[in-house]
Amino acid sequence: MNISSRSALITAGALVLSLGLAGCAGSADAAAPSGGVTAGTTSEATAPLALTDAWAKAAKVGDMTAAFGTLTNDGDTDLTVTSATVELAGTAAASEIELHETVMDASGTMTMRPVDGGFTVPAHGSLTLEPGGNHIMLMGLVSDLVAGDEVSITLTLTDGSTLSVTAPVKDFTGANENYGGEDMSGMDHGEHTSDPTP
Amino acid sequence: MTPRDHAAVPSRRLASRRQFLLGGAVAGVGAAVAIGADHLLSRPAAPSSATSPAATDAAAEQVHGADIVMFHGKHQAGIDTPPAAHATFLGLDLREDVDRDGLRRLMRVLSDDAARLTAGRAALADTEPELGAAPARLTVTFGFGPGFVTRAGGAAPGWLAPLPAFGIDRLRPEYSEGDLLLIVSSDDAVTLAHATRMLLKDARSFASVRWSQSGFRRARGTEASGTTMRNLFGQVDGTSNLVPGTADFDRLVWIDDGWLAGGTSFVLRRIEMNLDTWDEVDRVGREQSMGRFLDSGAPLTGKEEHDEPDFEATTSLGFPVIPDFSHVRRARSDNPDERILRRAYNYDEPPGGAAVSRSGLLFGSFQADVSRQFTPLQRRLDELDLLNTWTTPIGSAVFAIPPGCEPGGYIGETLLDV
Repeated sequence: MNISSRSALITAGALVLSLGLAGCAGSADAAAPSGGVTAGTTSEATAPLALTDAWAKAAKVGDMTAAFGTLTNDGDTDLTVTSATVELAGTAAASEIELHETVMDASGTMTMRPVDGGFTVPAHGSLTLEPGGNHIMLMGLVSDLVAGDEVSITLTLTDGSTLSVTAPVKDFTGANENYGGEDMSGMDHGEHTSDPTP
Repeated sequence: MTPRDHAAVPSRRLASRRQFLLGGAVAGVGAAVAIGADHLLSRPAAPSSATSPAATDAAAEQVHGADIVMFHGKHQAGIDTPPAAHATFLGLDLREDVDRDGLRRLMRVLSDDAARLTAGRAALADTEPELGAAPARLTVTFGFGPGFVTRAGGAAPGWLAPLPAFGIDRLRPEYSEGDLLLIVSSDDAVTLAHATRMLLKDARSFASVRWSQSGFRRARGTEASGTTMRNLFGQVDGTSNLVPGTADFDRLVWIDDGWLAGGTSFVLRRIEMNLDTWDEVDRVGREQSMGRFLDSGAPLTGKEEHDEPDFEATTSLGFPVIPDFSHVRRARSDNPDERILRRAYNYDEPPGGAAVSRSGLLFGSFQADVSRQFTPLQRRLDELDLLNTWTTPIGSAVFAIPPGCEPGGYIGETLLDV
């Protein structure tokens, strides 16, 4: 109960923030949430979709990781994100990037898998990308992602329009769910938790 | 610092920081979050209690959890803002492989955490976001030790070094020095624990915890805000203090040039107070050692706490009313520049062996120049102060406190982004 009402609060905050960023640069600056890290900065005006509070989990070169945040749709029609790219210092951060959902399989294990048709954000609604839920999956990291790095996430919508935000990289020991359809022998049961020391 | 001034000036400061959030940005995220926090905090424990007497009491009581001290600004919060009830001082050692770029990444992450948490918002990747919903005047203040500034390749002020050795010191390494300082402060101990954990999780790949020292004052609401604190000797502690908003404060606290412009310095001294031997001293002796009355905190020559001490006054036998060996006399300099901004917290640790207490004071001091302001004062107390009979400094650390930052910036950018 508490968690769902908190989610609603976060959603409300993100919604107001995206309005502020779009509507009034002055007051948006004054109310900007981030100190050192510019998360959720919209660089291309794209429909009424915003990705706020975005971040990516630190991981080693060659490994897989994920990016998270809150998608908010302020418009009157549903919007669907069909693909994503993630760059570090102007270079693709991973060899492959997918939009994933997390589902419980027949054995009761939470498993990640590509989501059919992308992420749909309902009109005047939001979709949370979070560990254990929907997320942007990065496979085959081209280089280390270390805490405090900033990646650029670009989302492409059904109509071909794009939305870009910068997101900080953070150390995170969770987000170790199974990945369906791949050999994940090293990913089970926290064995692959990110090493805090680089 | 008079109670009147203390209450008026910092609360005006707080009001302006809060207006920034609540009034200035009506449609901003701050307003939404503040409303959210109010909603969370005022929610009854259980629906069935809605008509119970407890619910009625809850509706009448004043709730402070949503109170916010803005993180951003010219100066870091936690210096000229009112002291909260609880504080944890963290001294970190940088890992050997952290270079200047690593310091920049570290401070960007920590600044973002601090900006969000102090506004009552979850940090990014916060696994317990509900614990941060009540900031209760949470502040996070960062300081750089000599090792940090060296690693950054910056110009260290001459005073950024261990204090000169004092005869009374019995310093222990586990309470001394450090590369990076975090002062985390809140009126609520749960919020404080969560913020501390979040910050340390994000510092973990860059630094390890050298020491963590926690202290407390009276709970918020126990006394009128602005009341001078008492230490665990029972003394009114810190009557003579610089007052935010005054010219003296600005001149003696803030540094005005270089990468530290808008910043200051911080000295943390862990002072063990021997309550067992203090117990042997009668009330008159205690007041003579301090030079102040225990009940009011007034100087022995006065009636009110903030009366100026009269060091010339003598008894009928010709002795000074305020003894030369008293703490008040020894702490007072003829040089008006030798003053500091005190911000102290009591500590009370689990005793060991046969002892029944292990208590003391986390003596924090902000000043523009440690060598010119703090060191002469400490030297006088080292030479003679009857209170030294019952107190022993066991920890000591000096930090440069960089200026504040604006939204989008980070603490330390004046050192790391040049």
